Amino acid sequence: MSTPNNVGNDNIDHMTDTRAIAVGENLPGCKKRDPIVVADNVTRSFGGITAVDVEHLEIPRHKITALIGPNGAGKTTLFNLLTGFDTPNSGAWTFEGNNIAGVSSYKVARMGMVRTFQLTKVMGKLTVMENMRLGASKQPGERLSKALFKNIWGAREREITQQAEVLLKKFKLDAKKDDYAASLSGGQRKLLEMARSLMVQPKLVMLDEPMAGVNPALTQSLLDHIKNLKAEGMTVLFVEHDMNMVRHIADWVVVMAEGRIVAEGPPGEVMKDPAVIDAYLGAHHDVDLGDAEGIRELEAELEADEESIVGTDAAGMIAPEAVEAHLEEEEGK
Amino acid sequence: MDFGNILSLALGEIATPTTAAYALAALGLAVHFGYSGLLNFGQAGFMAVGAYGFAISTLTFKVPFVVGLLISLLCAVIFALLLGVPTLRLRADYLAIVTIAAAEIIRYIVTTNTLFRITGSADGLSSFQREFDSFNPFPAGTYIFGWSNRDLYVRVVSWIVVILCVVIVWLLMRSPWGRVLKGIREDENAVRSLGKNVYAYKMQALVIGGILGALAGLLFTLPRGSVQPANYATELTFFLWTVLLLGGMSTVLGPVVGAMIFWVVLSLTQNLLAGLIESGAVTFISIVQAGQLRFILVGIALMLLMVFRPQGVFGNKKELAFA
Ligand SMILES: Nc1ncnc2c1ncn2[C@@H]1O[C@H](COP(=O)(O)OP(=O)(O)O)[C@@H](O)[C@H]1O
Ligand SMILES: [Mg+2]
Repeated sequence: MSTPNNVGNDNIDHMTDTRAIAVGENLPGCKKRDPIVVADNVTRSFGGITAVDVEHLEIPRHKITALIGPNGAGKTTLFNLLTGFDTPNSGAWTFEGNNIAGVSSYKVARMGMVRTFQLTKVMGKLTVMENMRLGASKQPGERLSKALFKNIWGAREREITQQAEVLLKKFKLDAKKDDYAASLSGGQRKLLEMARSLMVQPKLVMLDEPMAGVNPALTQSLLDHIKNLKAEGMTVLFVEHDMNMVRHIADWVVVMAEGRIVAEGPPGEVMKDPAVIDAYLGAHHDVDLGDAEGIRELEAELEADEESIVGTDAAGMIAPEAVEAHLEEEEGK
Repeated sequence: MDFGNILSLALGEIATPTTAAYALAALGLAVHFGYSGLLNFGQAGFMAVGAYGFAISTLTFKVPFVVGLLISLLCAVIFALLLGVPTLRLRADYLAIVTIAAAEIIRYIVTTNTLFRITGSADGLSSFQREFDSFNPFPAGTYIFGWSNRDLYVRVVSWIVVILCVVIVWLLMRSPWGRVLKGIREDENAVRSLGKNVYAYKMQALVIGGILGALAGLLFTLPRGSVQPANYATELTFFLWTVLLLGGMSTVLGPVVGAMIFWVVLSLTQNLLAGLIESGAVTFISIVQAGQLRFILVGIALMLLMVFRPQGVFGNKKELAFA
């Protein structure tokens, strides 16, 4: 495995790289200039429901890609399939050019494709630090033949402990490192799970709703961490419902609805896409009225559209500029 | 009623080879369940495999002691693999069902009359311990607590084996290898997502706990000089679980202390009840019934323990495996 923490061999700063992500038009399933994951005809059905039916999907390398879509769109199932935690009815996909369909989940993780879970999985009866150490790879002490001899694995243990301390500090969990993970709050568990997945030193991090339940005071710094992953040369794919967050950090957005990819593109563009608004209108009936911007947009949208979409969170989806443009048009009449 | 005698009988149980065997078998269960979350309800089967593996290879194949010992442990490894290969990829309860059934199958096989010449059927086997006895370094005579030189020898050997195994398990569990097992105990998918081959780790844990069970089978039979199928019934497995729960399951000393408490309490209740009956203070049960009653008392004690101290004597409540 090469070191994942470099800034690319071509000396491009991934934070400021503005080259086009897609080759050609930004259509669902479009080709990417430099894909890290390429999936073809991946389908999975549960009984009668087709949970995932993805014809073609490419995840751009060194970018932050958001996977959005209403509940039940198949985002988590797609994560499970790509990482080997579930078996598809059909389909093939590659990671860094290697065919990994049918490869066991732990091997996928070892190749550098590491995911977190929507339902957080931390080891409550291990300390925060032990959770972190568990994530580290290449530990000689994890082999039965060497486990008895601390002199063999002690050095690597110190190394990963240091690595863990740095990460815990970043995620503001350093004060908790000797506590049992069971004592953490839901949001802190999300943070721990994410920090632990970074201990694997992945090339692609797949985060399933990383912000759910995280204290709003922490989300800003968490956003910065995710952006930093890109700076460190990692690729990020994440599922998120909060459109503000998506707008903030995603370079690319993939929209799923009813198992299919219905739209793709840069955040600003995707959020104006009628297919996306449709997808959300069909499925979402809860609106976040606690959010000032959400209300403002909702009102604007109400004025703009006869068929009111009050009671949906599609309002939060729509870029204000789009609505404003729409309003001006109306006034002009 | 002679309380002094009753007490010294009870305390005498602390050091018996049987207590050592229980401690070791329960240590195996601690590796299985306490550290790895594997539900083994067939530890009696592992003990039987160890005991019969040794007895049969010594009596039928006339192998020397060390070879018999190795064969016995090898049998346990094979038994573990047979149980683990089909079940360890499935949910935890499959292993539980398969182990409980396999232990019974072993017992029925060795009881079959057809195999009388090899297994001795229900009578079991005996006189396979002669070479083991010949290693006794203690000259004939009476030693502390009125032990004969053989009493002393089997106790010393049994507890050396237990201490060695406790140290090894302790070293294993504080290592990164043990950390992976503890992770699997809680959430094997999370451990998979971090790139660990969960199946291989579970198999290793099953084999190691099984080897401890087989060794315990030897500690159980060598001092007696006989092995009988009736000793390896399902209740043995449940006594071992009692021992594990008593002592605390995610610790290495738990099984040892649990085994000691188990046998001391069993002896105390037996002798106290017998004393009360003999002295006429208790008239409504017979001595035979008293023998049954003490197991009821053990059951009640276990329930109380689960209610008031679920982590066992030594356990850490925060690490409780089934919380
Ligand atoms: N294990 C399962 N068994 C049956 N149906 C499932 C299972 N997992 C997911 N589904 C169904 O598949 C669809 C997609 O679910 P999911 O991938 O969890 O959606 P999302 O993560 O986008 O909210 C839903 O209709 C869900 O009910
Ligand atoms: Mg989901």
